[in-house]
Amino acid sequence: MTRKRRRLNFIILGLLTLGVAAALVLTALEDKIVFFYSPTDIVTKKQIPTNQQVRVGGLVKEGTWKKPTNDLTHRFTVTDLRHNIPISYKGIIPDIFREGQGVVVLGKLQADGNFQADEVLAKHDEKYMPPEVAEALKKSGKWKQTEDAK
Amino acid sequence: MIQQYANPARFNRLAATLMPWFAWPAGVLIAVGLYFALFNSPPDYQQGDTVRIMYVHVPSAWMALFVYTSMAISSAVGLIWKHPLAHLSAQAAAPIGACFTFVCLLTGSLWGKPMWGTWWVWDARLTSVLILFFLYLGFMALQNAFDDPARGERSAAILAIIGFINVPIIKFSVDWWNTLHQPASVVKISGPAIHSSMLIPLFVMGVGFTLYFCALLLLRMKTLMLARRARGMSMAQLHQQASE
Repeated sequence: MTRKRRRLNFIILGLLTLGVAAALVLTALEDKIVFFYSPTDIVTKKQIPTNQQVRVGGLVKEGTWKKPTNDLTHRFTVTDLRHNIPISYKGIIPDIFREGQGVVVLGKLQADGNFQADEVLAKHDEKYMPPEVAEALKKSGKWKQTEDAK
Repeated sequence: MIQQYANPARFNRLAATLMPWFAWPAGVLIAVGLYFALFNSPPDYQQGDTVRIMYVHVPSAWMALFVYTSMAISSAVGLIWKHPLAHLSAQAAAPIGACFTFVCLLTGSLWGKPMWGTWWVWDARLTSVLILFFLYLGFMALQNAFDDPARGERSAAILAIIGFINVPIIKFSVDWWNTLHQPASVVKISGPAIHSSMLIPLFVMGVGFTLYFCALLLLRMKTLMLARRARGMSMAQLHQQASE
């Protein structure tokens, strides 16, 4: 084996080892790396404490958004199409917030199952199109709500 | 065959021939791309005119990953085959890549405020790109941290290769974990999720940015080579004076 060959093998082996190590670490830390939990995670994983801030992500359920009246509080339900979490939020919501839109909500889960939000972020999806195309898709019935609700 | 371009004079001739073929199309494509991106493409159905940030943000992100990959490959070639130009090319690429990464982070932040409602979050995509930016800075710092340039080159090359692990993590972070950043729109199995009226200007910008990088890389390699020669000459002069 020439010295070049040896150096090449060493680098390939080193990278493979590092890759495996990184994969193991990232898999082990999965719960820490995820930016938000889904409503299903919140409902099924009981270990989420009620006094700690967590993030919940999902779609704003159609027909649940109650705009603020006197108390300046938005009320809506976040769903992943399996479980729902009722949210109340006092503050300014992002421009693209609407029903059916993906959102990520930071706040605390109350003992009664309600979620008191301190921050509401809109999650944009990967689809980009001109308004006319979106309109045409809606008319032809080909509009799919496939926004990422993981 | 590739070894013959280790000769600086030959490399300079090749660079001088190639330069206009990169620089001119880069200028034209970026100008045309920007015209379409800013004036002659439709607003998005959700984002409105804010979508125009994408035409700079996405190509910058592509370049940030592409330049790092090229840097890691040159570093490996430099370590394994000891090609004299390999470390030089990595050294020339690093600041360019760092700038693309910075533009990517900056434009992303400017887009995030009106769309998401925040300048920055610590999700997997944003954090891994920030790490990429620090890898570029670390590479440059490490290269200059030794009195012996050859040692600096080797240490920085090892860092570049180790840091390459981050590149697939950035690309797939949006698929592996819940992130605020949206999943891939262009490079994905089911085909692009961007309407062609937006995809074409995006590609024009992408090709323009790539050619711009190539032109800048050749220019920086030439400059670094001249700087190295100037250093060599002044050292020789000092030796001569000392021996007289």
